Amino acid sequence: MAVTIDPIHQFELKSLVPLGHIGHQQLAFTQSALYMFAAVGVVALITIVATASRSVVPGRMQSLAEVFYEFIEDTLHQATGDGGKKFMPLVFSLFMFVLILNLFGMIPYAFAVTSHLIITFGLAALVISVVVGYGVYKHGAHFFGLFVPSGVPKVLLAILVPIEVISFISRPISLSVRLFANMLAGHIAMKIFAFFVVQLLLAGAWSVLSPLPLFLTIALTALEFLVAALQAYVFATLTAIYLNDALHPGH
Amino acid sequence: MAQPNPLTTPPPGADTQVVPGHVEHTEAHSGAFPPFETSGFLAQIIWLALAFGLLYYLMDKVALPRIRGILHNRAERLRADLDQAQAMKSQADAAGAAYETSLREAQNKARDIAQGTRNELNAEAEAKRKMLEAELNTKLAASEATIRSRTEAAMGNVRSIAGETASAIVERLTGQAPDQASLDRALDATAH
Repeated sequence: MAVTIDPIHQFELKSLVPLGHIGHQQLAFTQSALYMFAAVGVVALITIVATASRSVVPGRMQSLAEVFYEFIEDTLHQATGDGGKKFMPLVFSLFMFVLILNLFGMIPYAFAVTSHLIITFGLAALVISVVVGYGVYKHGAHFFGLFVPSGVPKVLLAILVPIEVISFISRPISLSVRLFANMLAGHIAMKIFAFFVVQLLLAGAWSVLSPLPLFLTIALTALEFLVAALQAYVFATLTAIYLNDALHPGH
Repeated sequence: MAQPNPLTTPPPGADTQVVPGHVEHTEAHSGAFPPFETSGFLAQIIWLALAFGLLYYLMDKVALPRIRGILHNRAERLRADLDQAQAMKSQADAAGAAYETSLREAQNKARDIAQGTRNELNAEAEAKRKMLEAELNTKLAASEATIRSRTEAAMGNVRSIAGETASAIVERLTGQAPDQASLDRALDATAH
């Protein structure tokens, strides 16, 4: 068979406008950047254009914006209490950005921006720097009390403090890898199962089996829609939980 | 998959692919798993920062205050409407209560008036009846007195008629009229 499978091809960056390079780093306006700005546009469409009339009785798009707003406000309030209100723009932007980018990835032939580790790591690093920055700004050295569990014998602290530090440092890693890996694996799995359909159809008598991977692909697609929304929610929820540490560092 | 993909990120310069010494170097990166391709990291981070910064700015300055305002207005409007409905309901209740009391008052008044009228009429009828009765009683007494006087008169006449009759009978039988003294004695004897 001449048909080859390349499930990785979909993740390649394509330069749309080359802008030269700094050393090894290539600067270009890529399709990834285009998708990111498109996501900003879609979010603006839902939350700004659709709410322009400020109707008391909302239309479909406006109620969508309101649902997202109330959902994130509720999530943030549950995790951080009243003090977390100032982080609403951050958590809301993160949720909408990740959600729209994940859903963009579900459009056939589209590029899944969140399947790139550097993007998810950039967002996670932003979250952790806000947590650390705000925590130190607000509580000073007391913020580092986060790493010292209260009511623990001094001997145990020698073991527990490094563990707490490591678990804190692993947060941006787990936050970024969770989203990246989910999107990457899901898209590869869909591609592979979809490719099985083609391969089986070309395999003579075996083609009677081709509906099996087809059904699997359909099921996977549904699952991926769930994952796309769920991972955006997980990212926003974890952000809210980490922000709570900055607001209330007491253990 | 094995062959270098022509669609990977274009190398910084075409020369890297031409120069044999650099081919291996380029392949090591461009043939790598795209998400781990470090050569695009800086650009991606820059574009991410720009896009996310723009999104954050829009959300912070425009979208979220607006949505918060919409939700706040709606809550205010709902509360105002509910308050108004509550006020109207209590007004209606008050009006109902006022109607009830005035109705009860009117009923009481009507009952009082009816009772008063009935009492008045009864008293009037009673007075008239009494007056009539008294009148009738006097008339009856007068009639009785007349009857009595007439009877007495009649009874007085009976004696003289009896005396005359007796004297006439005695005269016819004996041929001579009895003297008045014996006649009176006889009449007194029979009268008792």
